[in-house]
Amino acid sequence: MLKIRDLEAWYGTSYVLQKVDIDVERGEIVCLIGRNGAGKTTTLKSVIGLVEKVRGSVMFEGEEMLNLPAHARFHRGLAYVPEERRIVPGLDVRDNLRLGLIASKLKHREAELVAEATKIFPRLAERINQNAITLSGGEQQMLAIARALIARPKLIMLDEPSEGIMPVLVDEMFDLFRQLKAQGVTILLVEQNVERALSVADRAYVIDHGVIVHHASAEALLADAEIQEKYCAV
Amino acid sequence: MADLTLQLLGLQLFTGIALGALYVLLAIGLSLIFGMLTVVNFAHGAFYMLGAYVGLWLLMHGVNFWTALILVPLAIGALGLLVERTLIRPLYGRGLDYPLLLTFGLSYMIVELVRVFFGNTGYPVDTPDVLQGAVDIGVGYFPLYRLFVIAATVVVLVGLWLFLERTSFGLIVRAGARDPEIVRILGVNIARVWLIVFGIGTGLAGLAGLLAAPLQGVIPEMGGPILAESFVVTVVGGMGSLLGAVVAGLLVGVVVSMTSLFAPEMSRVAIFALMAIVLLLRPQGFFGRAGLMS
Repeated sequence: MLKIRDLEAWYGTSYVLQKVDIDVERGEIVCLIGRNGAGKTTTLKSVIGLVEKVRGSVMFEGEEMLNLPAHARFHRGLAYVPEERRIVPGLDVRDNLRLGLIASKLKHREAELVAEATKIFPRLAERINQNAITLSGGEQQMLAIARALIARPKLIMLDEPSEGIMPVLVDEMFDLFRQLKAQGVTILLVEQNVERALSVADRAYVIDHGVIVHHASAEALLADAEIQEKYCAV
Repeated sequence: MADLTLQLLGLQLFTGIALGALYVLLAIGLSLIFGMLTVVNFAHGAFYMLGAYVGLWLLMHGVNFWTALILVPLAIGALGLLVERTLIRPLYGRGLDYPLLLTFGLSYMIVELVRVFFGNTGYPVDTPDVLQGAVDIGVGYFPLYRLFVIAATVVVLVGLWLFLERTSFGLIVRAGARDPEIVRILGVNIARVWLIVFGIGTGLAGLAGLLAAPLQGVIPEMGGPILAESFVVTVVGGMGSLLGAVVAGLLVGVVVSMTSLFAPEMSRVAIFALMAIVLLLRPQGFFGRAGLMS
């Protein structure tokens, strides 16, 4: 479904991704792990179109994404939840959710889809008219995920979704990932919480200094203390 | 004597509000454009002047004032679309100074072109017949046309507010001013949004120019001073804040008109003094977000 080949990326003159290859098949949860600064976020941002200097190939359902502007990639079915969540301050929770549909062809079903999202995330229902910036970190993360899911993407990429969130919400979130997988949504996940991430993932890639250094099934990697120690210990 | 002074103050207050209404129309456009596109539009005064001249040209060719009131913002807005699409768009992502210098140069070219076609001297513009005369507003007789300027501005503001708060495009504008990247990855072609916002801003400047024409006549240089004053308004109100533009626009209008009552020679300096005080006490302006310019 997603085929990343020889992906290179630069920030200014620093060479961040040095030929990355990643495959994600339909319905899989694939995890990308590695230390801070290894290139995880840059990989996701390159796929969604937020890195200016990129080279290589990102094929999504047989179509080259690197030639498309970011907004066109949304319409192909790609979604991205950034690490900083990027809830729009000043807008209430409902408007943040509506924003997820604003350019979508599902926009005419807005009322129904917003209601559905609040059913999946009951915490958001209680705060639907509240300025989104007043939500707790975990609630903001839920809102960011809901906003990305509301237009029914085919593949969703999440950057450190469990970071700084209280454990009970982390549990809810990983349950949600399992449900999404069951519904056929494909997930590319970047996580610091490696054990947790591997417990829901099918496969995992390990990235270090902009290079994929290891690739294995989630089970195998979970059992591989040496690799975990070498590339993932914080 | 006390009565007379109170009356005079009252009338001067209304004069200030009418003047402030023009500032508001200009500052809202400047603020929208800066908030969304981070372009400091130095050609805004030139668009204002062009609005007055296009209005004058229409009136000279037998178009009535009310029709001109619709046509002028459309024409200047369309010109704004053209300018954004062809001149400003290639400069995005290069920082504040490129579009600033471009629009600065553009304003000189527009002023020069108007001089070529209309000459260096100004023209008076008649107040439309039905808006001539004065009405009793309780504190005395006030020119009907100035009341009309205030009313027209209120109508535009209410329309703009409804547009921003009640439409999908308005939601995109509100969100895009805060976080354009998020709006892009949610499927919005932000370049198109910027184009339209620039057109709306310049259209409002054109409208302000037409509204100002019967008050002060038209000359090619009319955009310069009011641009400087409108920048003061956006800075005092807070760059990027529409509410700030409204509040500060009215405040600056009233300050100008009050100081010209008591100390006419100080009226132009007074607003810069006001700006200095506001910036000392609150560097981001009344409703601005801190750090927007850094």
